[in-house]
Amino acid sequence: MNEGTGIRDYDWWLLTIIFGICGIGVLEIWSATHASHLAGMHWKQMWWIALGFGLMMLLSRLDYHSVLDKTPVFYLIGIIALLAVLVVGHTRYGAKRWLPVMGEFLQVSEIAKLIIIVTLARFFAEVRTERLSIADLCKAAVLTAVPIGLILLQPDLGTAMVLIPVVAVGAYLAGIQWKHAAVMLLAAALMLPIGWHHLKPYQKERVTTFLRPEEDPKGSGYQILQSKIAVGSGGFWGKGLGHGSQNQLGFVPVRYSDFILAALAEELGFAGVFVTLVLYTALLLRLIQNAQHAKDRAGMFLVMGVAAILGFHVLVNVAMVIGFMPVTGIPLPLMSYGGSAMLFVFLALGLVMNVRLRRFVN
Amino acid sequence: MRLTVISYTIVGLMALLLLGFWKLQIIHSDLYAQLAERNRVRSIPIIAPRGAMLDRYGRVIVDNYPSFSVLLLRDDPQQVERLLPQIADGLSVTLEDLEQQLDAATALPHFQPIVIKPEATPGDVAFIESHRADIPVLEMLMVHRRRYPHDGFMAHVSGYVGEVSSDQIEESGGRYRPGDIVGKTGLERQYNDHLMGIDGMRRSVVNSIGREVGRLEQTDAVPGKPIRLTIDYDLQLVAEEALVGKKGAVVAVDPKSGEVLAMASQPSYDPNDFAVRISKDEWQDLNENPERPLLDRAIQAQLAPGSVFKILMATAMLESKAIPADYHLFCPGSAEFYGRVFHDWKKEGHGDVDLHKAIVHSCDVFFYNVGKQLGIDRISFYGGNLGLGHKTGVDLPGEEPGIMPSEAWKERVFHQKWYPGETISVAIGQGAIAVTPVQLAYMIGGIITGGRFHQPHLLLSDKAAPEVDFPISDSTVDTVTEGMYGVVNEQGGTAGASKLPGIELCGKTGSAQVISEQGLKKAGKQAALKDNAWFVGFAPRQNPEIVVAVLVQGGEHGGEAAAPIARNVVKAYYDKKQGRIPPQQLTTQAVPPGIPPSFAANSARNSKPDDGAEETVPTNPDPVPTKPQPVSTTPQPTPPATLNP
Repeated sequence: MNEGTGIRDYDWWLLTIIFGICGIGVLEIWSATHASHLAGMHWKQMWWIALGFGLMMLLSRLDYHSVLDKTPVFYLIGIIALLAVLVVGHTRYGAKRWLPVMGEFLQVSEIAKLIIIVTLARFFAEVRTERLSIADLCKAAVLTAVPIGLILLQPDLGTAMVLIPVVAVGAYLAGIQWKHAAVMLLAAALMLPIGWHHLKPYQKERVTTFLRPEEDPKGSGYQILQSKIAVGSGGFWGKGLGHGSQNQLGFVPVRYSDFILAALAEELGFAGVFVTLVLYTALLLRLIQNAQHAKDRAGMFLVMGVAAILGFHVLVNVAMVIGFMPVTGIPLPLMSYGGSAMLFVFLALGLVMNVRLRRFVN
Repeated sequence: MRLTVISYTIVGLMALLLLGFWKLQIIHSDLYAQLAERNRVRSIPIIAPRGAMLDRYGRVIVDNYPSFSVLLLRDDPQQVERLLPQIADGLSVTLEDLEQQLDAATALPHFQPIVIKPEATPGDVAFIESHRADIPVLEMLMVHRRRYPHDGFMAHVSGYVGEVSSDQIEESGGRYRPGDIVGKTGLERQYNDHLMGIDGMRRSVVNSIGREVGRLEQTDAVPGKPIRLTIDYDLQLVAEEALVGKKGAVVAVDPKSGEVLAMASQPSYDPNDFAVRISKDEWQDLNENPERPLLDRAIQAQLAPGSVFKILMATAMLESKAIPADYHLFCPGSAEFYGRVFHDWKKEGHGDVDLHKAIVHSCDVFFYNVGKQLGIDRISFYGGNLGLGHKTGVDLPGEEPGIMPSEAWKERVFHQKWYPGETISVAIGQGAIAVTPVQLAYMIGGIITGGRFHQPHLLLSDKAAPEVDFPISDSTVDTVTEGMYGVVNEQGGTAGASKLPGIELCGKTGSAQVISEQGLKKAGKQAALKDNAWFVGFAPRQNPEIVVAVLVQGGEHGGEAAAPIARNVVKAYYDKKQGRIPPQQLTTQAVPPGIPPSFAANSARNSKPDDGAEETVPTNPDPVPTKPQPVSTTPQPTPPATLNP
C-alpha cells in the first residue's frame, strides 16, 4: 500500500466546510441552552465533535477495501445489534432505540446506516453490467429492507426512511431501468395505505397535522407552527444570538436538536440561514466531486451512499423546519445536538476521506 | 454524468428551500413577528379604582374595597380542559358553571383571560397560591369593588355599577371596552366619565409553559376622580330613617342654590348586590317586585299633588290679578259646578274663607272657585312657568316630567275637548295633573324666593346652577309664605302637629286620591286605595334656606303622614346649624360608609318588600302613581295672549 496518504492529501475544503457547519451548530446550541437548565450542552457537543473527528481520522487511515471485504460480517453484526436493541434496548420517549455501550446510550440505528452504506457500496460495485438487472435490484432491495424492517419495529420511522435514498441513489448510479423504477414507485405507492395502517397514532397525527396544521395549533400542529413563527419572526438579519424569544422562551420544540435551524433562523435571520444552506450545498457538492474522483466503483458508491444519506437528512430536516414536511425526528447533520448522530456523520465522512486519500490509482 | 444530475438536483432543492425561508422571513416576517410577540407577552389588566362619592362635607358615602377576581388563562385549551374539574372543586363552583363561562367566551381571543369568579374568598386565594405549579392557568386579578351603604341607603341617588352592555359600548364610540364596569343608574351613570378611571395593563413575558419570566413595561391605572355631592349625610340619614317601612320619597333642597341636601326613596334595594355579579333571579325579583324598589320615587313617581297644588293656584290667582287679592267666599262644604257637586274635604265646610284661610285650612271650595275663574289654560301657564309638566333638570338619569294639563295638551294627547269640570279637579291638584316630589320642591322653592328657580343638582360645584327667573311680586310671596306659615303654626292649620318651637317651619299639606272617582267605581268598592300623603315645607319664613318635599304613598293625610317627616328633616337641619347635634364625624377620614345600627336595624324589616308591611296596595298594584300617563308629550303651556299678566 503505497498510496499517498500525506497530510496534503486530505480534503481541506471538505474539512473547512465541516468545521464551519459544526461551529455554527455549537454556537446555536450555546444560544439555545445557555439560559436554561441545559446550559453547558455546547461543551458536550464539542467533545462529540472532537471524538467524531478523531474517529474520522482513524477511519481514513484504514483502506476502505479492507472494510468492504468484511461487509458480510458487518452486515450480520448490524442485524444482530438491531435485534438486540429490540430485546434488551433502553426505552426512551416510547421507543427502543438505545443500547448501553460503555456508560453511554448508543443509538444502534446510526451504526446500521453506516453498515447499509458499506453493504450497498460493495453490492453495487460488484454489479458489472451497464444496466441494473431486475434480479440485482431485488437483491439490493432485500438487503435494505431487512434493517429497515427492524428499525421500524423500534419504532423509528425517520431513521428507517433515511436508508431508502442510499439504495435509491445507488440503484440510479448503477443504471436502474426506468420501467423498474416506475414499478418500484408504484409498488411503494400501493404499500402506502398498508403502511399507514401500521403507523403509530403519534406518527399518523404528525402526518395529518402536516397536511392541516391550523386545525389544532396547540396540539400536534404546535411544533410546526412554533417553528414557522420562529423562522418567520427572524426576518432578514435575525433578532441576534441569544435574543430570539421563540428560542429563548422554549416555544421552539427541541431547539438544540431537530429544530436547531429554526432557532438559528430566528436569531441570525435569513442571512444566517443562507450561509448555513450554502455550506450544506457545498458539503454535498464536495462529496459528489470526491465520488467523481474515486479510484474505483466501490469508492464512488461508498461516497455517494454517504452523500445520499447526508443529503436526505439535510433536505428533510430543513423542509420540516419551514413546514414543507411533517415532523419526522430527523436531525440536521453536524449541527443538531446528539452524540450518536455526530459520531455517525464523522465516521461516514471518514469513509469519504478514506476514498479520497486513495483516489490516485497506482 | 449521473453524478452531475444529482449535483443539479441538490442545488435545485436547496434553492427551493431557500425560497421557503425567503417567504417566511422576508415576505411574511411581520405576521410571524406578531405571532411571536403574542406568544411571549401576556397582558393582564390593572383595574382603575372608581372615584368615591363624598357628601358636601367630604364624608365618604360610596367608595371601593380591594377584592380579587379569579382569572382563567386560556392559552392552552387542552390544559384548561384537563384541569377544569380540579378548578371547579378548588373554587367551589360547579363544573357546569365553568363550562358555561368557557363556552360564552369562545369568541374572545385565546390569549385574553376570563374572569371565572368575580369575588375570590380567602380560601380561593389560598387555593390558587398553593397550586401555582400544578394549576398554572389560574391567576388573581386585583379589582376595586364598589362599596355602597347598606340596606339601600341613598341607593337611588348613588345608583349602581355593572358590566357595560353591548349597547353602551356602541354608544360610547370606543371609550368603553367589553368587560368595563360602568355606572348603570343614578349618579354612577350621570358622572360615569368623571368617576371611571382608565385601566392600566401589566405586560409580562411568559415562557412556553406559561410561567412568567419577566416584566415588560406597565401602564399604570389612572384612578377615577371622586365627586363631592351636595348631600348632607346627616339630613340624608334623617330622611332615610323617616321613610323606613313606608313607600315614598323625601327631597330636601336649598332653594337659593338648588343644592339637593337629601334625597331618599323607599322601598329601596341594595346596590351592593350589583357590585359583584347579580344573578338572573335576583334581578328578576327586583324588577318584578310589585313594590318597584328600583323606581326612584323622588324623580320618577308621577302623582297628583293634591292640595300642595293650591300654592300654585294662590300664586296664579295673585300674579294674574284675574281675581282680586281680597277675594273671599262662604264655604258650605261643597259647591256645584257645571251640574256636578264637588265636595270639600271638610263636610261641614270652612265658613267664611279668604285666601289666607283657604291655604291654612286647605279649603277646596275656595280653590274650586279660583280655578273656575282662572280657567285651565291660565293655570297651565303658571304651572309650566313654576316648574310643572317638564323636567327640573336634576342631574340624575331617568327623571320624569310629570303632566301639567291644558286644553292643548288634552287635544294633543287624547284628541278630546277639555271639559270645564276637569278644571275644577285640577284646581285642587287632582285629575290629570301629575308631579314628582323633586318638582314640588323646585316649585315651592321658586315661588318663595320670588320666582328664582335654581336647577336642583347633586354635584357640589363652585359654579351656580342654571337658573330660570319668573319674577313673582313680593306681595304674592308674602301672602303665600304667610299662608304656609299658618298651615304649621296657626290654630286649625292642617300641619299644626308638626310645629317646631323656635323654628319658622312653613308648608302645605296634600292628600291626593290615587285613583279618580270614576276609576274607583270601575275598580269596584273593595279597591279602597288610600290617598297619597304630601307635604312640602320650608324654613325659615324669610330668606328660606331649606325646602323639603315629602311623599308617602298610601299615607292618607299629608298633615299626619308626610309633614312630620319634613319636620324631622328641617329640625335636623336647624339642630345641626345651631350645633345641638354633633354631625356624624365631619372629617374626610375613616368614615365607614353605611348606616348607623339604628337605621340598619329598622330597615331590616323593610328590606323584605313582600312581608306584608304594605297592605295598602292589595290586588291592584298602583294603577295611577307609578304608571306614567301618556307623558311622552311634555306639555309646554303657552298662554293665550289675553292672559298675559
